Amino acid sequence: MKLSFKKYNNELVVRPYGEFDLHTVDIFKEKLEQRLTEDINGIILNLDGIKFIDSSGLGAIIGTYKRISKKGGVLAIAKATPQVERIFEISGILKIIKLYPSEAEALDNIVGR
Amino acid sequence: MENKARLVIDSLSDNIGLARVTVASFASQLNFTLAELEEIKVAISEAVSNSIIHGYQGEIGEIDISMRVHEHQLEIIIEDQGCGIEDIKTACEPAYTTADRMGLGLVFIDSFMDKFEIASKVNQGTRLKMVKIPVQEQKQVN
Repeated sequence: MKLSFKKYNNELVVRPYGEFDLHTVDIFKEKLEQRLTEDINGIILNLDGIKFIDSSGLGAIIGTYKRISKKGGVLAIAKATPQVERIFEISGILKIIKLYPSEAEALDNIVGR
Repeated sequence: MENKARLVIDSLSDNIGLARVTVASFASQLNFTLAELEEIKVAISEAVSNSIIHGYQGEIGEIDISMRVHEHQLEIIIEDQGCGIEDIKTACEPAYTTADRMGLGLVFIDSFMDKFEIASKVNQGTRLKMVKIPVQEQKQVN
């Protein structure tokens, strides 16, 4: 898995690429940890580059959600491929984390919250 | 028509991608849609991850994946010689989790496959049998 990051004020956009499974969750957690500075209170996870996800990937997203929520922050997901969206629907994750059709929309909603 | 293939892998997370792509590739000889092949990939990923995390608990052992196409249906058996599951009923509940995966592994397998059975013996291993029938074949039968 490769990840790219972009910071807008107190929001961090995270773009992982590749497959999100047991093999890649540690890379995700480790790279995110390095970028998650004290001032960040919003994370936008752009999943457009994720071609495959299973329960391990989902677990890492929930872990990130718990972590940012604990300090009063928000996690939003932007752009999910059909396979990823299907997994989200079955798991019920969308009841707690919002999915936006684009990164810009997610950012607007997070900043304007 | 009957066709069989077998893949034996070490219980390393590096091999999960190989396992799911191999099974999906074998499955593509049947009339599965792309969405169904994706479902098969998720089920394989969950089963192999379970063997790595719970079966072998980080130790290295073998995971045996047998694939069979028989009467227009796909049968997959995934076996490990790991520590086994003490209480299968509890392990199948959505809230049950021993790792950071929300307990959804077996739930996904159950929702994506048409039949799913687990046999397990403590300290001997676990055997998962899964069957999937292409939805197009099911329509023809009905």
